Amino acid sequence: MNWSFWLPVLILLSSLGAGIVIFFLPQRAYRTRTTLNMAAATLKLLLVAALVWGVFHHQSYETRLPLLPEMDLLLRADTLSVLFITLSSILWFFTTLYAIGYLEASPHRSRFFGFFSLCVSATVGIALAGNLITFFIFYEMLTLSTYPLVTHRGTKKSLRAGKIYLGYTLMGGVLLLTGMAWLQTLAGPLSFTEGGLLAEAPPIDPQTLTIIFTLLIAGVGVKAALVPLHGWLPQAMVAPAPVSALLHAVAVVKAGAFGIVRIVDNVFGVEFVAKLGVAAPLAWLASFTIIYGSVRALFQDDLKRRLAYSTISQVSYIALGIALLNPVATIGAMAHLVHQGLMKITLFFCAGNLAQTLGIHRISEMAGVGRRMPWTMTAFTLGALGMIGVPPLAGFISKWYLGYGAVLAEAEWVLGILALSSVLNAAYFLPILYRAWFSPQKNPWPEETSRGRLETHWMLLLPPLITAAMALGAGLLAHAPFSPAEWARLIAVREYPSP
Amino acid sequence: MAIFEQSIHWPVWLMVLPLTGALLTFAIYRYQNLIGLITAMGILWSVIALAQKVLTEGPQRYSIGGWGAPLGIDLYVDGLSTLMLLLTAAVGFFVSFYGVGYAGFRQHNHGSGYFWPLWLFLWTALNGLFLTADIFNAYVTLELIGLASVALVGLSGQASALNAAMRYLLVGLLGSLFYLLGVGLLYAGYHTVDMASLGQAAQAGPLPRTALTLMGVGLLLKTALFPLHFWLPPAHANAPTPVSSALSALVVKAPFYLLLRLWFTVFPDSTTGAAANLLGLLGAIAILWGSIQALQTQRLKLLVAYSTVAQLGYLFLVFPLTQDSMAASTAWSGALYYTLAHGLAKGGMFLAAGTIFYALQQDRIQNLNGISRHLPVTAFAFGLAGVSLMGLPPSAGFLAKWSLLTAAIANGQWGWAIIIVLGGLLAAGYVFRVLSYVFMQAPSKAHYRPVPWLMEWPALLLALMAICLGFITQTPLTLIEIGAPMSYQYLLP
Repeated sequence: MNWSFWLPVLILLSSLGAGIVIFFLPQRAYRTRTTLNMAAATLKLLLVAALVWGVFHHQSYETRLPLLPEMDLLLRADTLSVLFITLSSILWFFTTLYAIGYLEASPHRSRFFGFFSLCVSATVGIALAGNLITFFIFYEMLTLSTYPLVTHRGTKKSLRAGKIYLGYTLMGGVLLLTGMAWLQTLAGPLSFTEGGLLAEAPPIDPQTLTIIFTLLIAGVGVKAALVPLHGWLPQAMVAPAPVSALLHAVAVVKAGAFGIVRIVDNVFGVEFVAKLGVAAPLAWLASFTIIYGSVRALFQDDLKRRLAYSTISQVSYIALGIALLNPVATIGAMAHLVHQGLMKITLFFCAGNLAQTLGIHRISEMAGVGRRMPWTMTAFTLGALGMIGVPPLAGFISKWYLGYGAVLAEAEWVLGILALSSVLNAAYFLPILYRAWFSPQKNPWPEETSRGRLETHWMLLLPPLITAAMALGAGLLAHAPFSPAEWARLIAVREYPSP
Repeated sequence: MAIFEQSIHWPVWLMVLPLTGALLTFAIYRYQNLIGLITAMGILWSVIALAQKVLTEGPQRYSIGGWGAPLGIDLYVDGLSTLMLLLTAAVGFFVSFYGVGYAGFRQHNHGSGYFWPLWLFLWTALNGLFLTADIFNAYVTLELIGLASVALVGLSGQASALNAAMRYLLVGLLGSLFYLLGVGLLYAGYHTVDMASLGQAAQAGPLPRTALTLMGVGLLLKTALFPLHFWLPPAHANAPTPVSSALSALVVKAPFYLLLRLWFTVFPDSTTGAAANLLGLLGAIAILWGSIQALQTQRLKLLVAYSTVAQLGYLFLVFPLTQDSMAASTAWSGALYYTLAHGLAKGGMFLAAGTIFYALQQDRIQNLNGISRHLPVTAFAFGLAGVSLMGLPPSAGFLAKWSLLTAAIANGQWGWAIIIVLGGLLAAGYVFRVLSYVFMQAPSKAHYRPVPWLMEWPALLLALMAICLGFITQTPLTLIEIGAPMSYQYLLP
């Protein structure tokens, strides 16, 4: 029982404990709840910082709790966990701040923040999971804790969205469970290992392995919103903006993408995936999803729906990069995991600000909004340009690695996909920017709240500004130590022994 | 105290204590809550002491009065019986507290004074069944369980409850009759009713096979396996809430326990693969049928009762899944873990459903809007119990389902695997159907009766236990292996 045992547990408990306490707080305990929320988020950041430092210096952290024979609850920190956990704990901090500003006037706040904290605990658990079963446990916990957030408003529409969300994710859970149970009976305990655990497992019939791979990828593919498993995501847009931020950037789709990385790299292993020949279909599916999501995004007038389809498209970059089975493309995928999070959360924060401050939900209502909310729209612009892949923003860096990796992997067709996707991104983001900045305001804002000293509440304004700055910084300083891209290189180096 | 601990025979004590409690609560009406609670705590403490003994010393056999089989009454305790005793004590403990808080009794003053004596009597009989070492005493305790349960179901005196109780009584008697026929056959054939002696004497042949079939049918009727489940939903749904909880969590497990004993330890030679598959098939149909009924019913308590029909089906998968020696121990511990998980979760869920019923004075699912606002603890208890019932992690239900699933896959029995997974999805369907009303929608303007805290917390604690057993697994797993017909050790080369 020492530091390396307790640190992962403490990181998990920092939000879990806060969440449980928050559930029991009365509605009116605004100050206590806010303090507790922010204190937990800060504590988590500090603990994660300690973890990052340790992992960078090859310190190992491991917590093991035996559940069944051949089945442990295993928390462990490797470079990949650190990437995801840093992302989620930083973004959790700002999302919490944002959510406090966004929701403090609405009912059921204790329940909301309780589940919100559980959701983050589940994400942290996913990041720290040291084997597939632990991953699954937290993956399902994430489903359970996001459901009440999606249906938070309690309207018919949100209940319907919740039902669809549950239908998809529980079905995904079942596929994952089946694949996992099957693999365990053949290969023993499913610990994540660098280079894949199958390398040391007894030989298994390739056809069986292909089926298991399909089951597992389909299981996590639901949350990663791979077409045709993406149907829940546009529906889930009825959730409040902080929840959308959580779904799209911090927790849910990321958990899915992260799962794909784990399965390809740490369960099957790059060599095995190559031998099985399952990587190419995954790459095609991811490419199709990239194009499909962008095309659908083009035709949405609802801002959040457009962003949702954009998420479907952008998250598949990660799957694509992994499926190319090339170290450089892997760097691109890993970096994009973080970059997309930073950019997309900025966009959702901004969309939430427009809705909360001016009552704007549709792109057609956005004419002239840049004049009314210049800071929000600056952040939005940075996020959108990053998504398109304009240098030196974060999105450019990940696309660059992806493209270069594709060339190295001799999959030049991917360049076409990337180019097409960038064009489409430009086609659905630039008109928004044009309208916001250059079109004059035509109609009065649908429901403008009274204007304070700033263009909106500071708790709503600060988070997108910071995340936008981080998206810019991640691009500008891509070669600085501890930048997402640099950390992604570290992962790739450890994953591919001789890049 | 140490001398007392050494000399005491915990198994005997486990029957004497609740029986004394039953008599005292009957005689001293004024202090019956106090006496009842002290008894419940005493039983819990004794079971834990017994469990420690079994954990350290292995299976125990006691001869009451020193007579020994075949003359005297023998008691036998191994991991399986300890597990059942522990489950009974845990659920019983919380049900007792709930019973004190249960305001429904004050409402129908009619039979409320009989709750404690009958409930402790039922507890005596349950403990007796889990402890007995012979098949005739098992018959006696089964009969006592049945009678006490019937009386408890009819406690409210309302027409629907009395109807259900009557049906329950007749089915119970029929089941006992079948069982008794089997006992008679065996006694005629082997001149003993002691399980261990029977196990040694019985070789595969028409006599034990016929006896096992007769007893099996009787037990299936009592444990409500599809298609013999018809009596269960009305009986469980119309009983007073603490009773519903005990019936669903414990009473239906008693005949199942006996069936496990007979099948695996007394007559393993007389069982056939075809019979095992038939039991599994009925279990599978029960999972599907019970879940579909639960998805369609309009009343909350009825939904919870149909869920019991479905969940019991999982237990019967143990018969086909243990046929392959490789995965037998996984399937065995999975089924026992399922028994444990279901007992705790369903106990909690029924208590929660009953509290909602009491607060609203009705339990139509459509009218549960926004209940969580008024009964947050109860709503939470229902949700947590639901997590375990659906078999979602982290919960005991998940581990149990995982064991059954890996056993099915390792055996290549894909049909059962699909049923196991499908059952979880269906359970999610009916649990979330309730939760979407309980948590999400705007509260209706209905009048809510205030609910005492003793009705809210026992449900939550039971549900929490079902969740915690998803983490704290070593003790139950060790217990499951003690004296088990198959053990993980067989897996080692």
